[in-house]
Amino acid sequence: MSALFATVGRDLRLHFRRPADVLNPLAFFLIVISLFPLGIGPAPETLAGIAAGVIWVAALLSLLLSIDTMFRSDYEDGTLEQMILGRQPLLLLVLGKLIAQWLVSGLPIAVLSPLFGMMFFLSSDGIKAIVLALLLGTPTLVLLGAIGGALTLGLRQAGLVLSIIVLPLYVPVLILGTAMVDSAVSGLGYTGHMLWLGALLLFCLALAPVATQFSLKIAISH
Amino acid sequence: MWNWFHRLGAPKSFYEISGYLVPLLGTLAALTLLTGVVWALAFVPADYQQGNTVRIMYIHVPSAIVAQSSYMMMAIAGIVFLIWRIKLADVALECAAPVGATLTLLALATGAIWGKPTWGTWWVWDARLTSTLVLLFLFLGVMALRSAMSGRESAGRASAMLAIVGLVNLPIIKYSVDWWFTLHQPSSLSLMKKPAMPPEMFIPLLVMVLGFYLFFFAIWMMRIRAEILEREQRTGWVRELLAGEHAR
Repeated sequence: MSALFATVGRDLRLHFRRPADVLNPLAFFLIVISLFPLGIGPAPETLAGIAAGVIWVAALLSLLLSIDTMFRSDYEDGTLEQMILGRQPLLLLVLGKLIAQWLVSGLPIAVLSPLFGMMFFLSSDGIKAIVLALLLGTPTLVLLGAIGGALTLGLRQAGLVLSIIVLPLYVPVLILGTAMVDSAVSGLGYTGHMLWLGALLLFCLALAPVATQFSLKIAISH
Repeated sequence: MWNWFHRLGAPKSFYEISGYLVPLLGTLAALTLLTGVVWALAFVPADYQQGNTVRIMYIHVPSAIVAQSSYMMMAIAGIVFLIWRIKLADVALECAAPVGATLTLLALATGAIWGKPTWGTWWVWDARLTSTLVLLFLFLGVMALRSAMSGRESAGRASAMLAIVGLVNLPIIKYSVDWWFTLHQPSSLSLMKKPAMPPEMFIPLLVMVLGFYLFFFAIWMMRIRAEILEREQRTGWVRELLAGEHAR
């Protein structure tokens, strides 16, 4: 257990010593969602209609950007090799890295989402729903993305291949997340959506770190 | 049983056995497809609502069915490769992806051609169309990952891993898309619901499905044979084989 907390602490420290790694994906997120009103037009009712979808798609893309660098520095300086060879179970270390990754990529988006919701004239019910949806959905995205991040380690066009292999897997979260906000905006309940997002999260939490662990071993072997 | 399994897993004996199987499967596929196509195009009665456009179904439905099962077979090959490290399974995985992707594309294209006269539009964001599109993306992902990696061993293991992750996710994607469709689409699309088909339309469809399966297996095996020759080109038996071909 202490290995888990130590990894979380170490990764967070590394992230905060290179703030650009954390801030650039957020800046990217903000720029992407600001482009939509410019392209579609500033009419509040149009923007409120697409708000959930735009915020979710931008969140998927910016999370992928940060996942792309998740294992890279550890891979390049040999830390990853030591983690695999070391005495601590690799699964715990992977889990720690995943938690730290979510804390610096998924959580800020969820926390800042009321702001983005207001930029898109989302109703207050909708804003509440999107915060909850992002809180439940982004960990799943990080868990799934890490598998791709591990598989594409050391490739020349890693970022591009990562997007191609991971984005199709993001479809269920995108559908549930936007449906949850739409349902809240139209005054319906969204407990069902939340339960489904939670179920997906638990499912991925159980299986994805194992897959990531295997993928890391494959990446090290070549 | 295990002995047999391992013998079939050896590239050389697979090459020999498949040498007899490919012509057999190919002939059967050609016969079945020919029977099915002639039956479907010339003898099946036109649909009372859709007229002759219904005949597109005889290509569309089999290609969609076989595309889905080819993903499954590809992922099973991946599991076999990861567990038993049988190289043939890796070859099978590599060779299944392009064939499966092409069948998925065929299903999408014929769906669009059928959609134009029937729904009045080439594309609808309907649940089945969308999940087929995602299936195509999953195939493309496996192909992209494999072509981006240089080492054969690690490329094989990585794409096997990805295929398995995709297989686990496929039902989740499918159900979520179905569910999205029921939330968003107007009821006008209820003609997507399968009509209970009379047997004179259903039996030729089954023949076509069988034909597509045979065709898939024949093409898959042919690709595997070609890939085996390429990978084993430095071994003695391939050299002997090629020398024999030259002498002839």
